[in-house]
Amino acid sequence: MSDKKNEVPPLFWDSGLEIKPVYTAEDVENSGGLESVGDPGNYPYTRGIHPMMYRKRPWTMRQYSGFGTAAETHERFLWLIENGQTGLNVAFDLPTQCGLDSDDEMAAGEIGRVGMAVDSLADMEEAFAGIDLNKITVSLTINGSAVAIMAMYFAMARKRGYDLAELRGNSQNDILKEFIGRGTWIFPVEPSMRLVGDTMEFCARNVPHYSPVSVCGYHIRESGANPAQEMAYALSIARAYIDHALARGLQIDALAAGITFNFDIHGNLWEQVAKFRAGRRLWAKILREQYGASNPRGLRLRMIAGGGGGGLTIQQPENNIARGAYYALISALSGTQTMALCSYDEAYTIPSEHAAKLSLRTMQILMHEIGLCDTVDPLGGSWFMETATNQMETRIVELMHELEEQGGIVQAVATGRVQAAVNAQAYEQERKIQSGQIKKVGVNCFVEEEKQREVEFHPYREDEAAKQIERLRKIRSERDGVKVDKLLLVVRAAAESGQNIMPAIMDAVESYATVGEVCAVLKDVFGTYREPIRF
Amino acid sequence: MIKPIRALIAKPGLDGHDVGAKLVCRALMNAGMEVVYTGLRQSPPAIAKAALEEDVDVLGLSILSGAHLPLCRRLAEEIKLRGIDRVLWLVGGNIPDRDNAALAELGVDGVFPTGTQFDEMVTFIRERVKR
Repeated sequence: MSDKKNEVPPLFWDSGLEIKPVYTAEDVENSGGLESVGDPGNYPYTRGIHPMMYRKRPWTMRQYSGFGTAAETHERFLWLIENGQTGLNVAFDLPTQCGLDSDDEMAAGEIGRVGMAVDSLADMEEAFAGIDLNKITVSLTINGSAVAIMAMYFAMARKRGYDLAELRGNSQNDILKEFIGRGTWIFPVEPSMRLVGDTMEFCARNVPHYSPVSVCGYHIRESGANPAQEMAYALSIARAYIDHALARGLQIDALAAGITFNFDIHGNLWEQVAKFRAGRRLWAKILREQYGASNPRGLRLRMIAGGGGGGLTIQQPENNIARGAYYALISALSGTQTMALCSYDEAYTIPSEHAAKLSLRTMQILMHEIGLCDTVDPLGGSWFMETATNQMETRIVELMHELEEQGGIVQAVATGRVQAAVNAQAYEQERKIQSGQIKKVGVNCFVEEEKQREVEFHPYREDEAAKQIERLRKIRSERDGVKVDKLLLVVRAAAESGQNIMPAIMDAVESYATVGEVCAVLKDVFGTYREPIRF
Repeated sequence: MIKPIRALIAKPGLDGHDVGAKLVCRALMNAGMEVVYTGLRQSPPAIAKAALEEDVDVLGLSILSGAHLPLCRRLAEEIKLRGIDRVLWLVGGNIPDRDNAALAELGVDGVFPTGTQFDEMVTFIRERVKR
């Protein structure tokens, strides 16, 4: 095998694994064998969390959407459902995400820009009017102000007559990753952990079919982490939330069942599939071996995956249509439960209706035309894929141990150590793209001279923003102000005493206390996060 | 000895996507400049104040949410109010070409949309900040 003709340069994946040109059964054995592959739907779920996977039920299609006022968002929701979308993935504007009302000075220019503006229960009611919350599962992409928005969603459901004990859906509510990457934090790390714990406890006791936390490897990868780090940090974060909630006397099975995951897809196809197969197996092992969990609902790593904004380019934007289709393919080959693609214009704006529909059609083509639902885990049993899965698992475990030795993920986030590491890697990656060491079509190879870049930006609607402020003022003047003040004092008392904050916030928002008012009380008690700036 | 070029990199408004801002910080530091990074969620008055106090040659804003025009309009007022001159004002992020003229009118000296080469930015600064 050592003749010169067959010599090829070494190849490494982003995660550090060296990839051979040819794999055999021997490689599988040397990397740990096939013992822990198992059958689909069975522990440790390497091949998928359901025995029949897409043959029985294809993935849920849930595009991220929401913009402007609740009324506009409601229209887009109805349109998506009409076009065959089976779940909703709600985007909120930045003021809502940061816990500010639309009339706050910092909200100017941002009302409804990157998502729906929510000030009070009235907005929540309007956005979901007439939508059957049991048929269409709703995912709330909210983190810093999650306690207020989740409370509003539950209050809205309760008011419409849904039994919370039966309500399904999920929230993102992963504050640790906000500190690492996405930046919509509000409170310091410690009280932020407590608030996540409050939602987990509240749901475990009152909304048992609802998933209160969706841990996002996604944004960690988008910030510069490689795929192995993405999985290692995500699983470490999930453990941190579980450890916190266990200390409140909750059962591991109930807690594990309330955690879902949100992962990124861009870059190497095989590396992503190996990441998901390894991550699914490792999570089940951790829960069973280290936490004694036994309920399969919790042991199964349920995920949304498909998008990968970081892989898209602003240059030659139509290339992103092709990229999106491959990311969807990877997602299906990985056994995802829910798919959300980044639309081709998402490198620079909220998706246009045209682009959002193309993403939906892409997923539908995969589902109905090219046979991706035919059989479970089609790559399983490949010498290459099983070796890569084994090696990826080993790598993720190493990274998790490293993090533990450094004092755990919460500590590493509080000191800014994770942020600095991820950022340094982002810089290296960008440098390699700029120098052409990493190929990016349309960016550093096959580049075209582009004329004026005419991107269709989602227009900012001053009139809609003004309407939202008007609506907020009207609600403030019409509600029972004395009652709201009293209920906000109850929120304050709960925040100070350490008792679960959710019932108090639900009562307050039900009487039309606003997101900004609730978060102002909490900021007053907890203070505001200060970023550790490290390079 | 020549004093190094000093730059303030700021994230105005509520947008939390700071990968780009931090990349620029590193790129400028690696080019020998002194860089101060404000962190997230800065108001235009706070940014203008920091630019004065830190006595910088370059003021760079990173904006990805699409709110660059209203934010720069407010910052332009602050810059005028505080009499900040001789600062090279740069804006980067998700900035469509058609807004370049409006930004220039507000006093922005250079626009560097997502995907700009680090070298291009460094050269642009060195050519304009005289030492």
